[in-house]
Amino acid sequence: MSNLKYALYTGCTARESTPELLSSTMAVAKKLGIELVLLDEASCCGASHLQDFDDFLALVLNARNICYAEKLGLDMVTICNTCQLNTAMTKERLDSDPKLKAKVNKKLAEVGLEYKGTSRVRHFQYVLIEDYGLENIAAKVEVPLSHFNIAPFYGCHNIRPSELHHEVNGNENPYNPTSLDKLIEALEGNAVDYESKNKCCGFHVDLQAPKTSNALSGGALLDAIDNNADVMVTPCPLCQLNMDLKQDSAGKQLGREIELPVLHLPQMIALALGCTIEEIGLKRNVTKATHLI
Amino acid sequence: MAAKKEITIKAFRFNAETDYLPYYKTYKMEIGKDELILDLLNRIKWEHDGSFSYRRSCRHGICGACGIKVNGKATLSCKQNAMELVELFGDELVFEPQSIKRAVKDMIIDKGDFWEKHNAIKPYVDTKVDPHPTSETIMSKEQVANFLDADYCIQCGSCHYACPVVEVNEEYFGPAAFAAAYRFAVDPRDNAQTERLEITAQMGPGVWDCVKCYECAEACPKEVNPIEKITKLHNMQFEKGVAKRNVATKHAEGFVRSIKKFGYLDEQDIVLYSEGLGVVKHLSEALKMIKAGKVHPFDIMKKKMPRSKNLDEIQKLIEISQTNELK
Repeated sequence: MSNLKYALYTGCTARESTPELLSSTMAVAKKLGIELVLLDEASCCGASHLQDFDDFLALVLNARNICYAEKLGLDMVTICNTCQLNTAMTKERLDSDPKLKAKVNKKLAEVGLEYKGTSRVRHFQYVLIEDYGLENIAAKVEVPLSHFNIAPFYGCHNIRPSELHHEVNGNENPYNPTSLDKLIEALEGNAVDYESKNKCCGFHVDLQAPKTSNALSGGALLDAIDNNADVMVTPCPLCQLNMDLKQDSAGKQLGREIELPVLHLPQMIALALGCTIEEIGLKRNVTKATHLI
Repeated sequence: MAAKKEITIKAFRFNAETDYLPYYKTYKMEIGKDELILDLLNRIKWEHDGSFSYRRSCRHGICGACGIKVNGKATLSCKQNAMELVELFGDELVFEPQSIKRAVKDMIIDKGDFWEKHNAIKPYVDTKVDPHPTSETIMSKEQVANFLDADYCIQCGSCHYACPVVEVNEEYFGPAAFAAAYRFAVDPRDNAQTERLEITAQMGPGVWDCVKCYECAEACPKEVNPIEKITKLHNMQFEKGVAKRNVATKHAEGFVRSIKKFGYLDEQDIVLYSEGLGVVKHLSEALKMIKAGKVHPFDIMKKKMPRSKNLDEIQKLIEISQTNELK
């Protein structure tokens, strides 16, 4: 494998509520010989909420984040679907609108930066699949996941809007995505086919509309359970948090007990590649998945 | 693209007047590369079963009558090439109405909720019309460009019935109504902007209940991009001083407060700040997170937050770029 090197935009969640995402991402990269340079200068992407409050400010801050990847001459890699959406959407809007780009750059100039548009913005999931390759990942498997039925949960912001993502997500069909299924199979796991795999988890309204959030996350979890899933896996830490943490309240609302471990994608890969227990960080999952080891 | 292909269509069948439960009926046919989904609906009716029912009218993607779902994908039948969907989904296409729970007969649904919600946001220019005008109302290109794409909406219901919030929250207006609210709210002739912003700012029916799933953007056959209009309505609430302080507006504004301090979002503070006293309902979740070692009680008290490098740049950019505020 030729030198794969990227600028890693961790986002907030991997540095706060889900440290296990960051440790497992770094462990997977190390195992595969992928170099990840941490973008320590980066700020929060706004997670769509800052965009609701002040769209222009969100554009400026996201453009600044991309600037730091450009300075390194590297593609930016995200490990959160919502970071991916907001960063990629900033890039798309600035690259397609010279007036807007000039307006943003005028602000960035005040802190000595310039957005050029030279770095691509890609999610780790698709970097692994497209640049490293499924066959090469399969060759590195030390602990096959063949005992497990694994339900892939894709997360909205990697697959929709498809027009925004299609160049960096292998043209994934948002109505029938397959890349995570194939990745699970490369790790010798059994991918669970279920209708909710491309649906929304409801995270973004968890504070103001918990009933909606619970109905969506609980519905997807039950769909996976009813299709014999032993564990769910997702590339988005916001989906992971909502579905891992809220199983009791979702279950109460929907009138059924819900218990299903939800792994971050790099946790699942780290398991199969034989990374250390500390790196995988399963003890930090609220719905315990320690039986997987 | 193949010139011809043998495919199977599984069509949802139901007659609310006579059937207790819906069922699916299978039709096999050879389709050509130029056939539309509407052509296949016609062929089911004309070649297989005359009782098969669906709505159709203009056949030009403008009346909005023929929206259905194919393999779960919102589809305007008269605009969608059938072979394209065969390439996307394989040789079996599943035809379903936009919303199964609203099915009346086969592909036909009761769209009453759609129209009710559409009407609720005042989908018209609210203005005093001079019966004897001396000149036209001139609009600049920029003014028209503001709402032109939103004006392309044909009320087909594709986004509305693709929206997961519409499915679980009966009072939610839905993406099509919001796109229309935006379209009229930015029309320079309109006098009801504030009222429309207030209607769409309500908790429950309004824009704050949007889950940001982008199903609406994906579903729209006219590229209206409803969620982009929803974001604009959010911003306008702050621009025009309509936003009231509540959990959702504080959640949006609270991001600036965190980013100013740390560069990152303070995930604990944002919940505290947005919820106020309501934060007690998150206690059991907080305890679970502490137990799993995701957060440490010490962090909560001592604020061991990560900080972005060059935080001063971020603070400066906020100072010179922020345009909106929550009063």
